[in-house]
Amino acid sequence: MTWTGSIFDTAGTQAERIARLAWFIIAVSTVVYVLVLAATALATRRARARTARGELADHDPATEQRLGRHVLLATALSTILLLVYVTVTARTGRAIAWPTGAREPLTIEVTGHQWWWEFRYRDSLPSNWLSTSNELHIPVGRPVRVILLSNDVIHSFWIPELHGKQDAIPGHRNTMWLQADRAGVWKARCAEFCGYQHAKMAFDVVAESPGRFNQWYVSQLASAQPPTDTSAKHGEDVFMQRTCIMCHTISGTQAGSRVGPELSHIATRPSIAAGSLPNTRDNLARWILDPQLIKPGVHMPPNKLSPGDMNALLNYLETLK
Amino acid sequence: MTAQPVRTEPAPREQREAEAVHDRLERVWRNKPGLWGWITSVNHKSIALRSIITAFAFFALAGVEAALIRVQLARPENSLIGPDKYNQLFTVHGSTMMFLFAVPVVQSVALYLVPMMIGTRNVAFPRLNAFGYWTYLIGGVLLYVGLFTNTGPDQGWFSYPPLAGPEFSPGKRVDIWAQMITFTEIAAIVAAIEIIATVFKQRAPGMSLNRVPLFVWSMVIMSFMVLVAMPFIATASMMLAMDRLIATQFFNPAEGGDALLWQHLFWFFGHPEVYIIFIPALGMVSSIVATFSRRPVFGYTAIVLSMVSVAFLSFGLWVHHMFATPLPQTGQSFFTAASAMIAVPTGVQIFCWIATIWSGRPRFTTPMLFVLGFIALFLIGGLTGLMLAAVPLDLQLTDTFFLPGHIHYVLLGGMVFPLLGGVFYWFPKVTGRMLSESLGKLSFWLLFIGVNVTFFPQLLLGMAGMPRRVYTYTADTGWGPLNLTSTIGAALLALGLIVLVVNIARALASEPNAGADPWGGETLEWAMASPAPDYNFAYIPIVHGRSALWADTGALEAVSGLREDRREVLQTTMLDAEPDARHEHPDPTVTPLLAAIAVGITLIWGIFDPIAFAVGGVLAFAALIAWGWPRPEKPNTREIMEVPQ
Repeated sequence: MTWTGSIFDTAGTQAERIARLAWFIIAVSTVVYVLVLAATALATRRARARTARGELADHDPATEQRLGRHVLLATALSTILLLVYVTVTARTGRAIAWPTGAREPLTIEVTGHQWWWEFRYRDSLPSNWLSTSNELHIPVGRPVRVILLSNDVIHSFWIPELHGKQDAIPGHRNTMWLQADRAGVWKARCAEFCGYQHAKMAFDVVAESPGRFNQWYVSQLASAQPPTDTSAKHGEDVFMQRTCIMCHTISGTQAGSRVGPELSHIATRPSIAAGSLPNTRDNLARWILDPQLIKPGVHMPPNKLSPGDMNALLNYLETLK
Repeated sequence: MTAQPVRTEPAPREQREAEAVHDRLERVWRNKPGLWGWITSVNHKSIALRSIITAFAFFALAGVEAALIRVQLARPENSLIGPDKYNQLFTVHGSTMMFLFAVPVVQSVALYLVPMMIGTRNVAFPRLNAFGYWTYLIGGVLLYVGLFTNTGPDQGWFSYPPLAGPEFSPGKRVDIWAQMITFTEIAAIVAAIEIIATVFKQRAPGMSLNRVPLFVWSMVIMSFMVLVAMPFIATASMMLAMDRLIATQFFNPAEGGDALLWQHLFWFFGHPEVYIIFIPALGMVSSIVATFSRRPVFGYTAIVLSMVSVAFLSFGLWVHHMFATPLPQTGQSFFTAASAMIAVPTGVQIFCWIATIWSGRPRFTTPMLFVLGFIALFLIGGLTGLMLAAVPLDLQLTDTFFLPGHIHYVLLGGMVFPLLGGVFYWFPKVTGRMLSESLGKLSFWLLFIGVNVTFFPQLLLGMAGMPRRVYTYTADTGWGPLNLTSTIGAALLALGLIVLVVNIARALASEPNAGADPWGGETLEWAMASPAPDYNFAYIPIVHGRSALWADTGALEAVSGLREDRREVLQTTMLDAEPDARHEHPDPTVTPLLAAIAVGITLIWGIFDPIAFAVGGVLAFAALIAWGWPRPEKPNTREIMEVPQ
């Protein structure tokens, strides 16, 4: 069976430490479970045999004392095991709380919205600040400081392959460290119930070599290229004159609203609608026409476009690379 | 109330005189006839029984909701239930199970059995008891009127603001939830007061605190926990309702409020809540283990102290529900350690039961099977709980399907299994009829297998990355087969419960055949006829040891001197249970219902208009005046009793 997003399918320093802790606790728990059930089974077997021989229940002082010693022993053993458990857990906790290695960390501000993700890459040069939506790229081998924010309800940021989750809580600033140790492409999902479309609030994670990451970063920093062919130009007009402009940003145009996901490079993204549909022309058309069919309750309104306008709009969006 | 001491005399008495006593007591203690009698009853057994039936009705409703959830998730991208309905279903399922089933049912079992086990005729405040039931009923009906009118709460059973706040949950859905909470908290606090006062003041002479049955201890400890924990959720739900109705901003970060404040308040109640449900189950397990091992439970003192320490520790764990919020490292480790600590007293109790079985002469009846099933399932719940209490691992597992898997092992294994064992164990006492053992074993195995087939896949799904509370998922996640397995398990659970219902229906249709003490029980409830008479004991027994009915003293000694022409109960001292006073209990009355209706009008109308609180205050005041109106002095129908020697 293939699962996506198993906590044991680790690709990062933190997730690796956690998976080791998980196996340790599971192993010890299994032993404890088997021992307790075995004791119960033995007790019932012994008692059954005694019942068959017609013996009475014994609770004379000598028996009680013997039983007391056994109960005490079992309690002492469990206490020792629990002490080991607390120690190992605290060690793992310390290990994942801070970045490993001395490399300059990358800082990403993550804002959860009902029901999409906004990522802002911080840099010492303000002109290098980058803003994207629903797609997170990180370089392999470099610690990433994730700052979690929310402007509406509580969401939870979770990439199981890299780390456990942290909540994005309005009014609070939550921080976590993660680091990818190998390249990969994963799907991450919101983990805190956040309303109608909690189920469809995902994003794509791409961990790649620092070189490729830099390439991606530079291409995303660039403003969207103005369309050249007439159909795409018409599509741009459709975008700017209809409701689209009310919520979305396309860099280099008048569209600068931050209500919905940023679309400057929408054509390069693997998926749309916060990771819930593959980014194909067909899906995009369905999504624009009636998002409520795909994500009931989503804040994007339906758009009754003529086939001509729709075609032009799709042509325009496809130029946003 | 008089402080006259009472005299003790040996039992049994002569048959004819006994019958006369029975007639006199029956006349005084029975409910009024017909519907009016049902409404005005202040008898602890009548009220507790209807409360138990109500709780199981809510259990069935919540079970149907769970079944719908499982059908929706059985395959990827199922379009049976949309997000709006799905969110209502899981919210109402969780809220019903926690607030309308689990807490009321354990408290009702206590209110039914505790007076019988400690040898008294009624609970301490009979009218308050009736009031508690009516508020609980109104709160529960409110929630379901909401659900069936598409106004069911849809914010999750722990209602995190800002999602549950006015901005992101407009409409009345969350208000209905918040008021339902208030109703059930009133009922829970009332029941806790009943139990504590009854146990501390009305025990049979000789039942000093160190002779109180473990079952009764568990209920007393649970009641103290209710008194500490419930005010937090009642306060929190009032604050939420005020945020929503009159624009206070307790939980609104934009106005200086704090969304995390809710989580602290909620979980300071919410974590003890699990133990409020679980500790009474431990009491039931102790009763069953003792009777069917034919020896007193090993380690009485250890078990009582364990339950007390579980109760204290459970108030120090709430933060382990919040490990994914911004918290300092040291604080987190503290809560991991506290969570590990609570495993010790829980372990002690399991070891003591195993020791009891080991040295006993057990009979493997259906109640005993449910206890063994409890050990096997609850242990999985406890060990997965330790996985969740480890901060780093919790960060991976929290808010995934691991959570529903874990909590259902805890609640079904830790509470429902002992409760069903208790149903089989006490059914003859309540109805005078035995449940079928073969059908009982059938439902046990269906349920035992059903729990594992339903919830083990959910543990795996959580580790496979499936978040909880999603109404759908795509096929490429690979979560389909495990979800289908879980749904099949849910069908087994349903089947097991249907077999149980058939078993109960068959038994009720048969002739009473159980007799007073079909199992050879240890505690006092088995000393009276089944079903128990309205007055419980014709003579209040005198207790000489922990195992009241297993003492080698021959017939039970009894107290005399209580009036038979009035509802009089014997009060005893708190520690040693020495006779202290005779106290007259109230006759049947409708005033508790009127008071509950006043509270109902206030809280429900208050959802729509704050003026309700002014009007409701007046109504409640009027109801309480009627409630407290002095009763006319009763004529003396009998000579003042003889002065004791």
